[in-house]
Amino acid sequence: MTASADRREEEIRRLLESRPHPAVPADLAVGAAAHGSRLLRRRRTVRRLAWLLLLAAAAAFAVWAALTQPWHTPPAGVAPPLEGW
Amino acid sequence: MERGYGDHGDFYAEFEAFVAGAAGRLLQLAALLTAEPPADAVAARRLLSAALARTYADWRRLRGDDPYAVTRAELCTAFARTAWRHHRGRGGVLAALSPQERLVLVLRVYEGVAEEQVAALLGVPPDRVRALHHRAATALRAHRAAA
Repeated sequence: MTASADRREEEIRRLLESRPHPAVPADLAVGAAAHGSRLLRRRRTVRRLAWLLLLAAAAAFAVWAALTQPWHTPPAGVAPPLEGW
Repeated sequence: MERGYGDHGDFYAEFEAFVAGAAGRLLQLAALLTAEPPADAVAARRLLSAALARTYADWRRLRGDDPYAVTRAELCTAFARTAWRHHRGRGGVLAALSPQERLVLVLRVYEGVAEEQVAALLGVPPDRVRALHHRAATALRAHRAAA
């Protein structure tokens, strides 16, 4: 970067720094913390619901599997050809 | 304010100290982004408050991260998402620039964030950041020369 570019950069920085600062509201931290803990609580509720849903799905699957036992081969629906009589 | 936020009261003091130290600069940053006059920086205050709330919610997961940098990133991505609302600005120094130009200029020049980091934060290639920076600086100079 050339010296003149540096100088221009410095000029912009000074322009941005020189502005009067807006006043910070007094209750900023308290309000943000209240909002933040609402966010936390909501996240925790969502996580708990997701776990519940997962457990319910696992239980339903287990019950279905125990009842239908899909690992057994189903009885053949076709009779063997009748021969030799 | 000792308790009153359920079981999250234990780090409130840390958070409050952080806000006391950083809010002034962060609010100035937000007002530069929204291009609002310092006396009436409504959108900037709203942006900052939302970013701080997220920082508070993530406070336990920050570990070694700098809460200032985390809040700044929250603030900038929230601004980038809602940039269309701030297209015209409301009379700040950077009102002549587009929201994205403001964002790049403020991050690069006012905050001194490296080009690659700005690119990663905004999800654009570094070349684009350089181009935006250049365009913003030129536009700002032209605007000041005309004024």
